[in-house]
Amino acid sequence: MKRRTLLLRSLPALGAAAALAQNNAAARPLTKPIPSSNEQIPLVGLGSWITFNVGNDRPARDQCAEVMRNFFAAGGRLIDSSPMYGSSQGVIGEGLQKLGAQRQVFSADKVWTSSRGAQQIEASRQLWRVAGFDLLQVHNLLAWQEQLPLLQEMKAAGRLRYVGITTSEGRRHRDMEQIMRGHRLDFVQLTYNLLDREAEQRLLPLAQERGIAVIANRPFREGALLRELQRRPLPAWAAEIGCASWAQIALKFIVSHPALTCAIPATSNAAHVRENMAAASGPMPDEAFRRRMAADVEKF
Amino acid sequence: MTEWWTYRLSSFLMFSPRTYWRLVESYNRDIWPAPVVAAGAGLVLLWLTAVPRPGGGRIVAAILAVAWLWVGWAFHWQRYATINWAAGYFAVAFWLQAALLVIAGVFRSSDPERVPRARVRNVGLTLAVCGLLLYPLAGLPAGRPWAQAEVFGVMPEPTAMVTLGLLLATGQSHTRWLSIVPVLSLAVGMATLWLISS
Repeated sequence: MKRRTLLLRSLPALGAAAALAQNNAAARPLTKPIPSSNEQIPLVGLGSWITFNVGNDRPARDQCAEVMRNFFAAGGRLIDSSPMYGSSQGVIGEGLQKLGAQRQVFSADKVWTSSRGAQQIEASRQLWRVAGFDLLQVHNLLAWQEQLPLLQEMKAAGRLRYVGITTSEGRRHRDMEQIMRGHRLDFVQLTYNLLDREAEQRLLPLAQERGIAVIANRPFREGALLRELQRRPLPAWAAEIGCASWAQIALKFIVSHPALTCAIPATSNAAHVRENMAAASGPMPDEAFRRRMAADVEKF
Repeated sequence: MTEWWTYRLSSFLMFSPRTYWRLVESYNRDIWPAPVVAAGAGLVLLWLTAVPRPGGGRIVAAILAVAWLWVGWAFHWQRYATINWAAGYFAVAFWLQAALLVIAGVFRSSDPERVPRARVRNVGLTLAVCGLLLYPLAGLPAGRPWAQAEVFGVMPEPTAMVTLGLLLATGQSHTRWLSIVPVLSLAVGMATLWLISS
């Protein structure tokens, strides 16, 4: 399939800003709208699980700030973290302050433990060194009956812009579906990648139907998927969708799903963040191409 | 935690191997020459256990209690907790173990006539020697530098190994109770090391 054909087929899902970005793909990533507000979000964000949990290690913290600098330079905005991620929140906050990027970032964090949710959110905000969060999510649906009303209250009071829930590794999809049907949500976050595609059956169509943005976590299965794929040469079709690496193939597969808003690969390597951000530009696979990608990878 | 059976051991590893070993290296550097002093204290423990003498049990228990207090505070509380939120709980467990050692070993010293069976004593002494002398060398074949060596009285796993060995070798009357925290610590520590090396 020709690159131009692919591009034209994928354009309707990418929005007007995405079309403009084609002219300057290297500098600006493609975006998709958050359905509840139409605010545009770059297709690739930045996760922080493990990679940003470096404690008080000064060189490692500086390296994380360098990753963030490259992320923002490539047009990235959404960074995701959680109070469960050890020192990650503080590392992000330090990086944001160092880079003066508190207004540029789309801050996505989580509320985790079941008690004192408001206090935990305030502690997280101080670690992030931001005025307030853009998005707060109920981490792994823990105590969602208590936490979701808290987040909705914060949003109603103007102290939070978006509310979401998360799960990972395919857990509690039935519960997530019920919450998506019964509550007003701006975002859901779930595991979706070349091999973990259970969400395609019910959750992704439901998100489209209900106008909920979707963040895909574990795009590389914490690196295991890439380590497996990188043993093999890039398939010939990689060039057709402008991919120069398996990481870009994996990311383009995810963000080209019509229901997906953003993927959040985590890395502590500045070169990798540039490579990841490059996946948010150029031609995107259409549905037939995506099926071919998944089938080829499954054969491995 | 719901659907707990869907979690793998690796789901709980929240830092990279590189981060962990850099933390150990930085810790050893910060407290230098404490690792050498701790290893020396370990040799004293071995000597007091191998050549029993009146009051030796109390000294052994007191040194072990200091080691558990130190590892709980300097490693778990001050350093490991920066990358693992569970380390705060580990620190409390280590302080509890120190208290138990003081109560059982110092204030209620074991009966000097109580001698364990030779086989048990030998197993205990072997375990203690392994924890004291071999464990710090374990990282060298894997390419880890000396600066990342895990030493008794400084890191949790060798401290737990030496403690278990000495408890067996001395025939301490409360060995069962005093072994709970070291066994759990060793299990958690070994699981973590297995995850970050795999």
